[in-house]
Amino acid sequence: MLTKRIIACLDVRDGRVVKGVQFVDLIDAGDPAELAARHAAAGADEIVFLDITATHEGRGTLLDSVRRTAQRIFVPFTVGGGIRTADDATAIFEAGADKISINSSALATPGLIGAIGARFGAQAVIVAIDARRKGGSPEDAEVFVAGGRKPTGRRAVEWAREAESRGAGEILLTSMDSDGTRAGFDCVLTAAVSQAVQIPVIASGGAGNATHFTQVFGEGKADAALAASIFHFGIHDVRTLKEELQRDGIPVRLPC
Amino acid sequence: MRVTVIDYKAGNLTSVVKALRHLGADVTVTENLADVGSAERIVLPGVGHFAATQFLEDHHLKSAIQEKIAAGTPFLGICVGLQWLFAGSSEAPNCPGLAAFPEMCERFAPGKKVPHVGWNSLAIRPASRLFAGIPENSFAYFTHSWRAPVTSATAAVTDYGEPGDLQGETFSAAVEHRNVMGVQFHPEKSGETGLRVLRNFLEWRAC
Repeated sequence: MLTKRIIACLDVRDGRVVKGVQFVDLIDAGDPAELAARHAAAGADEIVFLDITATHEGRGTLLDSVRRTAQRIFVPFTVGGGIRTADDATAIFEAGADKISINSSALATPGLIGAIGARFGAQAVIVAIDARRKGGSPEDAEVFVAGGRKPTGRRAVEWAREAESRGAGEILLTSMDSDGTRAGFDCVLTAAVSQAVQIPVIASGGAGNATHFTQVFGEGKADAALAASIFHFGIHDVRTLKEELQRDGIPVRLPC
Repeated sequence: MRVTVIDYKAGNLTSVVKALRHLGADVTVTENLADVGSAERIVLPGVGHFAATQFLEDHHLKSAIQEKIAAGTPFLGICVGLQWLFAGSSEAPNCPGLAAFPEMCERFAPGKKVPHVGWNSLAIRPASRLFAGIPENSFAYFTHSWRAPVTSATAAVTDYGEPGDLQGETFSAAVEHRNVMGVQFHPEKSGETGLRVLRNFLEWRAC
């Protein structure tokens, strides 16, 4: 049976992990290659490397970090952040990424989805959607860009459908309402998007405990869930989380 | 261990090459006919559309590979590379495969999410040499929308069923007939299980 994926996310700035999953017993907790290898060893089904470097000069450092991280892991490896052109994506693939994630640039230039897919396959293109609904209907959830600062007037469900029709391989859906709350994923929004498209939906934002994952895989109909800071708050690692999910009847890759 | 990876412009070869080199292989990436002729082992990766395999026909690589296989050279197809070992795929009906196996590849039946993306388990046929040392129900990473049927050449079966779906839909996660092998999953992305499959291929000897 196809299992539900637990994806570990690393936020990287200028080549260093600045937040996200960390281990206290690491000599260098800020090295993305080291952390990615630790997560893979602990059972993470995929690694996402999110570059939050603000400057253009940082791109060279990024590629070096991506290369070093890719060397260490043999599970799917996604890189997102600052990819504006097909050439940006090519450089990241050549550095060893298996998939890229695009957000603002996909909205600004929707043709980019198909352009990257034509060269590297649709499976390599994840469209990330940051959405906020403020308690309203999931159909009315609005898409934001620029790190959640800029409203677009687009509806998340409708944009997910368009992204799929333009050749996205997966959707990475972050609920801005839930993000950082550790109060659980937005299962209503996740289910609305997941049922609107045929491609897999990765849920993000709000994870606080194992029950939240069980909920988003069940009522939220997510195919995968992204975990970051949850590992600071009671759950030791991905393997512990998966053992709890298995007890809840969620199919997971275990042993891993 | 020398291995020749054929580049037919179907996606990114970085991960496959990295995994083979990690295992100590001396990797040549090529689209050159002469390189294929002198290959000791051949890996045909590939993601994306089945029509990309037309490149192999257009560049006379198909007949070169056919000759190498007939001569006993170990061959491993990955993803679309596995599907190409069959007669063809409904994804590109005008683009015949190698036909080492006579069946056709078909799209997953409607009613479930396609592509099939993620980690799924392997029911391994005991005689398989490609899966030597790999426990039953080990997991591998898949990403594909078309699949090869289960046949007498199947080395591992995977079931893409929804939870509670008694029917499921089984397909060939791997095929193996003498020196001709193929995997639908991505061994380069399947952790220790995938590395073991690649190692078994690199160490494969005629017997």
